[in-house]
Amino acid sequence: MSSAPGSGHLSADIVTRARELIGLYPHPRSALIPICHLAQEQDGWLSPEAIDEIAALVGLTPAEVLGTASFYEMLHTEPVGTYVISVCTNIACMLRGAYELLDHIQDTLDVRAGATTADGMFTLEEAECIADCGRAPCLAVNHRFVGDVTPQSFDSLVDGLRAGTMSDDIPRHGTLVRVRRQGGLRVDDATIRAERETAAAKATGGA
Amino acid sequence: MTITEAPRIVTSRLEHEDSHTLERYLATGGYEGLRKALSMSPEDVAHEVDAVSLLGRGGAGFPAGRKWSMLRKAATTYLVVNGDESEPATFKDHLLVERDPHQLIEGVLIAAYAIQATRAFIYVRGEFALGLERVQSALNDAYEHGAVGRDIFGSGFSIDVVVHPGAGAYICGEETALLESLEGKRGFPRIKPPYFPAAIGLYGEPTVVNNVETLSNLPWVMINGSEAFTALGGGRSTGTRLFALAGHVRNPGVYEVEMVKTTFRDLVFAPVLGGGIPGDRELKAIIPGGVSAPWFGPEHLDLPLGQDEVGEAGSMLGSGSIVVMDDTTCVVRAAWRITRFFWRESCGQCTPCREGSGWLEKILRRIEDGDGREADVDLLMDVCDNLAPGVSWPPQQTTICVLGSSIPSSIASAIRMFRDEFLVHVKDGGCPYG
Repeated sequence: MSSAPGSGHLSADIVTRARELIGLYPHPRSALIPICHLAQEQDGWLSPEAIDEIAALVGLTPAEVLGTASFYEMLHTEPVGTYVISVCTNIACMLRGAYELLDHIQDTLDVRAGATTADGMFTLEEAECIADCGRAPCLAVNHRFVGDVTPQSFDSLVDGLRAGTMSDDIPRHGTLVRVRRQGGLRVDDATIRAERETAAAKATGGA
Repeated sequence: MTITEAPRIVTSRLEHEDSHTLERYLATGGYEGLRKALSMSPEDVAHEVDAVSLLGRGGAGFPAGRKWSMLRKAATTYLVVNGDESEPATFKDHLLVERDPHQLIEGVLIAAYAIQATRAFIYVRGEFALGLERVQSALNDAYEHGAVGRDIFGSGFSIDVVVHPGAGAYICGEETALLESLEGKRGFPRIKPPYFPAAIGLYGEPTVVNNVETLSNLPWVMINGSEAFTALGGGRSTGTRLFALAGHVRNPGVYEVEMVKTTFRDLVFAPVLGGGIPGDRELKAIIPGGVSAPWFGPEHLDLPLGQDEVGEAGSMLGSGSIVVMDDTTCVVRAAWRITRFFWRESCGQCTPCREGSGWLEKILRRIEDGDGREADVDLLMDVCDNLAPGVSWPPQQTTICVLGSSIPSSIASAIRMFRDEFLVHVKDGGCPYG
């Protein structure tokens, strides 16, 4: 392993939050996917440096981290644009014009689904159902949902993103960027064990 | 109109803009169900839930109470919430995690108490960024309120709850894949047996996995009692259920309706529900229960929304999603898009699913593009037969999980209901719908 935890690629804040996450699980590996989300807050993707550092944090090899991360659609193993636009084309959206919308988006941004615009601003993805079908066709920008999308509303959205006037609605990368747990676990294992044993004794005692 | 007067059980707060806050939750009876549960013995809480026949709202429809009773006795047991809602056109749990996270957390705590779990994990689909924020924020407030953590409400019952994000993989909705994912691994479904995580689950310990909507029913059940719940619905399908209505309807959205006493026709056409098909076009087909379910035609509209009723008619209520397709829909394209989804989401462990999904997608694609052959229709059914021998319902399984055996549903439905349309594509060298 080329990097140790805190070796410098991931910010001190992210390393602190990663350690807090590890403390919530019986096994550190369970924190792997949440920590990958944290690393993407910083870089948008999982760089080799980030992967090395995550591996050291959770006690895995970098290959194990990459092997797990590459299974998941949201974890990027290549750089992405400032905004990742995920356009749903699954059945509910398709029935309400998603492919026509995707054509418009590809023309407007001058990029094919799966690629990033030359200016590094937008990565376009053809997404599977993002569970906002009541507002189909829909899309997500950095996992913030936008529904009832028309070519016109998409164009305004892009204008807003380019102008930087939408950062309240659509923050930077990372699905956990606004998620903060207040405090770690409150109950130690010994307390839980004692409580459960008492309850079990009551039950078998025919209480 | 036959829309019933049933109370709204899981969507009662949604008229309030601030339905996700602790303040609103407490003002509307919040955490009273938990207080009541904690005043009872865990066994009595479990009996109460067993008595209501609360069929799982995730897809498989397994009774929650029975699932709990199967839990192997051990020093460490886990409760895991399946909030990885990813079945296409299903968006009801998304609503619940964003709009009423305290109700879910209260349900989690009631269930955790009943089964005496040692820790609970709420696995939320990674794409639900706002949902994750809302559930975590609600959990922080619930800790502060004394509803979670040490010695909850002075009852002597303590537990920690952890919110865990997924990272984009349909297969993680399969409960054993979800547990793998929660352990920080690729979301590969586990080989069965053991069939139930209740025997061997998270980290090998006995685990109950319940769906978001299932658990969200528990506070109401605790407060109103099992008799009030079983008075609703019919047969085994008691209570209400959320249906996510999408596709060609005037008012797509999530509706809570009484089970069995409501029909597909009510849901699609009632002015207060789906409101009918735009442009008053004709109904062509309905996909009930998610894209894993066989389709229905207009002749099934008066079928009651009940698990056994729909099962006996040859499909399933599954994930509670209903997609409406009008007469402008190309069924080849619809079947292709659904198959493309399964191909993209197959985890790749089992050959029939990994290879079959790709072959089916390619064949459907070439028919839709006008490059199909007459023999392709039979070829599609032959590949389907390799995935689910007999292509019957419920399907025979050739794979570790039910993803593979779900792939033939849409293809076989489209071919059996609209075989001529496939042949027209082949003869005309393209899609007649343009």
